Amino acid sequence: MIGAAIYAIITKDLIFATIGTSLISLALSVIFYLLHAPDVALTEAAIGVALSTIVFVIAVRNTKRYEED
Amino acid sequence: MNVFFIIIMGIIMLAGVFAVIRFIKGPTTADRVVALDNLSTIVVATLIFMGFVFQRFIYIDVSLIYAVLGFIGVLTIARYLEGGI
Amino acid sequence: METVLLYLGYFFVSLGAVFLFLGAFGIFRMPDFYTRLQAGTKSSTLGAMSLILGVGLMQPEWFFKTLIIIIFIAISNPISSHALARGAYKTHQKPLTDTIDAYEEVVKEDETKNEEE
Repeated sequence: MIGAAIYAIITKDLIFATIGTSLISLALSVIFYLLHAPDVALTEAAIGVALSTIVFVIAVRNTKRYEED
Repeated sequence: MNVFFIIIMGIIMLAGVFAVIRFIKGPTTADRVVALDNLSTIVVATLIFMGFVFQRFIYIDVSLIYAVLGFIGVLTIARYLEGGI
Repeated sequence: METVLLYLGYFFVSLGAVFLFLGAFGIFRMPDFYTRLQAGTKSSTLGAMSLILGVGLMQPEWFFKTLIIIIFIAISNPISSHALARGAYKTHQKPLTDTIDAYEEVVKEDETKNEEE
């Protein structure tokens, strides 16, 4: 999870950063599940996997894909 | 019986490690999305198995939400690659 | 009867874990995108379905809900893999070896038909 977070920050391709954010959400949901909080994990799964990915991809499509230095 | 659970969890965690390695290495976008899709399937199976280990019926619901909603993100990125949305 | 269901559940859970591992190993080892997609989606779909069925057999009162999850996985996983293959084709990824590209011929035929009209 920490590796995916660092990767999402340092990469220049915004689509890769979006996929990294989705992976962070997946790992965070598993951690909530292991801490015996299934309701929080359920909300994290619903919002983090589906909704935030769609919003980020639409934003990247309406602007541009590669970040400049 | 406990040894059986530990062996199964070890095999599944090894599978997750391989998928994460492909996620970090993968040269193109599509490779990373394939790794993410595979990880999502592994997580659905793992959550149900851990719900069985904890003996709680309500824990199945998290996995149900993942199975229903998990493929929408992958579908969105694939449509973006195709040029649509 | 319960013992038989328990051991059947052990068998299916072991089979599912092995197939999940093989799918992830295929993603790690394969040389090219389309083979990776093949190994990753087909094998892991079978593995997840088998593992969930095993859990449903070990706990017979959970069987209905696990059946619903199996149906959702069987619907949603091929949809996402199909969309991924289409997207990768549109971004001009080439397979490693020589293949017969039937889809490209169909697209060309459609274009010539449109020009004639």
